[in-house]
Amino acid sequence: MDKFNSLKGIAAPLPIVNIDTDMIIPKQFLKTIKRTGLGVSLFYEMRYDNDGNLIKDFVLNTSPFDQSKILVAGDNFGCGSSREHAPWSLKDFGIKCVISTSFADIFYNNCFQNGILPIVVSPDQLDQLMMAATNQIEFSIDLPEQTVKAGNHSINFEIEEFRKDRLLQGLDDIGITLGYQDKISAYEEDKKNKKPWLFKDN
Amino acid sequence: MSNQGPKTLFDKIWSEHLVGQREDGTSLLYIDRHLVHEVTSPQAFEGLKISNRPVHRPEATIAVADHNVPTINRQNIEDPQSKIQVETLAKNTKEHGIQYFDLMDQRQGIVHIIGPEQGITQPGMTIVCGDSHTSTHGAFGALAFGIGTSEVEHVLATQTIVQNPAKNMRISVNGDLPFGVNSKDLILYIIGKIGTAGGTGHVIEYAGSSIMGLSMEGRMTICNMSIEAGARAGLISPDQTTFNYIQGRPYAPGADHWDQALEYWSSLPSDNDANYDHEIVIDSSEIDPMVTWGTSPEDVVSVKGLVPNPSSAQTENKKKSIERSLEYMGLKPGTKITDIKLDKIFIGSCTNGRIEDLRKVASIVKDKKIASHVQAMIVPGSGLVKKQAEEEGIDIILKDAGFEWREAGCSMCLGMNPDQLKPGERCASTSNRNFEGRQGRGGRTHLMSPELAAASAITGNISDIRDFT
Repeated sequence: MDKFNSLKGIAAPLPIVNIDTDMIIPKQFLKTIKRTGLGVSLFYEMRYDNDGNLIKDFVLNTSPFDQSKILVAGDNFGCGSSREHAPWSLKDFGIKCVISTSFADIFYNNCFQNGILPIVVSPDQLDQLMMAATNQIEFSIDLPEQTVKAGNHSINFEIEEFRKDRLLQGLDDIGITLGYQDKISAYEEDKKNKKPWLFKDN
Repeated sequence: MSNQGPKTLFDKIWSEHLVGQREDGTSLLYIDRHLVHEVTSPQAFEGLKISNRPVHRPEATIAVADHNVPTINRQNIEDPQSKIQVETLAKNTKEHGIQYFDLMDQRQGIVHIIGPEQGITQPGMTIVCGDSHTSTHGAFGALAFGIGTSEVEHVLATQTIVQNPAKNMRISVNGDLPFGVNSKDLILYIIGKIGTAGGTGHVIEYAGSSIMGLSMEGRMTICNMSIEAGARAGLISPDQTTFNYIQGRPYAPGADHWDQALEYWSSLPSDNDANYDHEIVIDSSEIDPMVTWGTSPEDVVSVKGLVPNPSSAQTENKKKSIERSLEYMGLKPGTKITDIKLDKIFIGSCTNGRIEDLRKVASIVKDKKIASHVQAMIVPGSGLVKKQAEEEGIDIILKDAGFEWREAGCSMCLGMNPDQLKPGERCASTSNRNFEGRQGRGGRTHLMSPELAAASAITGNISDIRDFT
């Protein structure tokens, strides 16, 4: 997995609440069997009209925001389905960090599987950052220090230690868990005795 | 969470499945059953292949294609990409020795319908699937939640998932349900009350006499939409209704283990003095039949109500959000909900595609005709639901009324297959999401119960079942 340490750049403002995973990547793009190539379809219905032409005033279609690595969005970002295609499409577009007041649980989890940092800030802080993003002020994000800086604003954010470590080191989660294979086998042996109906061959 | 003291249903399942702590402080939770479908699994199987990792316990996984499948002419999937996805699932499951219900198998259907139908879903289990509506299985007192594709790969490789405990929320609904009000209205009402982020970080346990009085089908509808309240999962304590439903199904414990399983299941309900991080109590008499007017499941109002006015919003953000929704939905503030004219009716989905739902619709539309300007489609949740409905003559009643009778699948709930709304079309839908573009670009979705959708099909407007004769 890609590592995340720090990031500098312009942030794209998306002041909409409840941005759901259908908005991030509509269903017709879920038919792929690959993880890559979805960036061009990110926010498809907001980015393209019915004929597939770019909608010029949508923020990610305007310079310099079309090069953004950071997104600042309204409450409850990523609600809806479990599709990992949502973080895949953000990543493929180049977005490595999303800032909001809250994230839906599954989307939040999925971000960390893909080297994307979701940052939770307070409503007041979001208003400040949204303004800074709109004014094209450069953002500076430091994961080890857990800070977001933009102009005069400097915000500390919270993140669980294990998530932080995984992003910093780009760890392979399955590899880590397979290190506990003995414990998993011991658990299974114990339950085969105690709950045999769960271990019948299907 | 302590090991001593009173426990919630969630606490009990959690501690029973804890394999251990990893060095990074996270918990490794054992997964009893893993449900797999064609859309969120190909990249997971590909990941296993790249890392040369086997599936840890193939017999704990069951696979079915549902999202992408056509509901007519299903011998041939026309969309080449959909076809590849379905074929990829068949190939991957075969390669790894995983049970797969193919498109011609009567047991095929929406993954969250067939789990319970086959008796795969049982109390006290941990169940995951790369699909947010996995919360449905919580109706049986199983801890069931949706995961992303990377986690699907993790579960395939290790039969565990990395988690931290959720917080406990209890929503109690008490009293007899008023006439015309059913489980869909209850859950829409709850989502309207706590909001689509109201349950974030929590597992919601539904309790109270209104909930415990529901059938398993009704309980599944409630738990299904827990994700629309932002919750990680929904749970309902297992009881005799649950046990009766499970007994005798193909994957249920057989006679050799039934008593042992039953003893364990009976120990699962939350202890009386268990502690909840949040408690909400609702009197069912305050609930009407509910309909969504906007583009989020929290945008919900009584069928007797009006489309809201943005100027009445309490915050600027909420005002903007209402304005955006109304523009998308093509609705004016103050419009009576029952004055909204419909183009399409969709009855089906993992929320309301079970036999009980079809029976209700049939009882309402029997000897009537749908309005001439609407197109109505009914998509059974599984091949077996379809078969049972046909045995009961429900298909004849529905076809006589003008409904299209389709093969099982997710269909227009998310429109990955050809069943989609056209721009501007307005649909009464028994599904779970009214997001912009969900049922087709520019499509306008009003979520409601099967009863309301059936009545609305006949009148051609959104209709109150209580006024319907």
